[in-house]
Amino acid sequence: MSSSDLARDLIRAFPDDPGHLARLHGQLAAAAQRDGILDVAYRTIDSPVGPLLLAATEQGLVRVAYASEGHDAVLQALADKVSPRILSAPGRLEAAARELGEYFAGDRRAFDLPLDWRLSAGFRRAVLSHLPDIGYGRTASYSAVAQLAGSPRAVRAVGTACATNPLPVIVPCHRVVRADGSMGRYLGGTEAKRTLLTLEAAA
Amino acid sequence: MTGKLPFDSVVAEHGSTVLRVCRAVLGPADADDAWSETFLAAMRAYPDLPADANVEAWLVTIAHRKAIDVTRADARRAVPVAETPDTAPQIASAPAGGADPGLDDDLTDALKHLPAKQKQAVAYHYLGGLPYSEVADVLGGSTDAARRAAADGIAALRRTLGGPGSGPAAETSATGAAGPARTRTSRSTSTERSAR
Repeated sequence: MSSSDLARDLIRAFPDDPGHLARLHGQLAAAAQRDGILDVAYRTIDSPVGPLLLAATEQGLVRVAYASEGHDAVLQALADKVSPRILSAPGRLEAAARELGEYFAGDRRAFDLPLDWRLSAGFRRAVLSHLPDIGYGRTASYSAVAQLAGSPRAVRAVGTACATNPLPVIVPCHRVVRADGSMGRYLGGTEAKRTLLTLEAAA
Repeated sequence: MTGKLPFDSVVAEHGSTVLRVCRAVLGPADADDAWSETFLAAMRAYPDLPADANVEAWLVTIAHRKAIDVTRADARRAVPVAETPDTAPQIASAPAGGADPGLDDDLTDALKHLPAKQKQAVAYHYLGGLPYSEVADVLGGSTDAARRAAADGIAALRRTLGGPGSGPAAETSATGAAGPARTRTSRSTSTERSAR
């Protein structure tokens, strides 16, 4: 038996154990939460608009992301902008996942979740904070939202605010459409926007 | 952009290696505690870790300290009789998540009875994948001393498992003994690490 054989056997004597590691990971997330060092918890949920990444700080939901944004890239951006102390930890996202599930089932018209707005600032944040004023199942034009936000001429900036909405679905930028009634663009893709507007129109 | 990975990626990438090291150094019963303490401490300190740090060496260093803590805590908890050295006959019950029967059991058992320094050097180099210079940083002492400790450990393991020169026969019986375990999956990925 050579050294390398022995080394190989050594590794084999301590085999990978994914189920066990998953349990340890869960315990780590709980301990990190208890110790106040779980800066960002995340999970993904399935939805009619594809898998959604949900991320929350201790203050509240900080990010909802479509698969088209690249969930790994979104997590890296959270590491850079919020904190790298990020763990998959479904517990903190339980209420968000439940409310989104109810919304997609047509059973919920408004969200009642603590939100962490830190990824949006200034005028964009002002715009986004007005979007829940557009009721469920209704739409408003970019210029109408500009007026709501107190800057009637900032129509283009409203578009930018919607395109960089860190909390899509929850903060309903999908309800902002073109003045001619056509849907306009959407950060989750026009198909997702159509799905959400159709869902809300039917309920 | 700092480029520091989300800590979840660190756990995903190094979790199994650290668990293997903890199991080798402490045995399966205490390994979970050491693993949890290691990653909790690492997560606490992670934002201040230099971006160019060797994450695996950093984790093994923390695991080494946590393993010492766990060993000390065990010693405090233990009844006076437990002052007998590590070489006391082990209790028969194999803890959950433990090793395979046959060769794997022989190996983990042989490892358990190595002197601490040899066991640590073997674990950090062969299972943790650290070069001897970093093993030396973890253990304190020179690179040569780390290399010697690992070599002595490997030699002792080889003696326990049948000694050199008993090649084909030992190989055959060992393979036979480990037979059922060969069906186990997810081993090949970890084998590559040992190539370093």
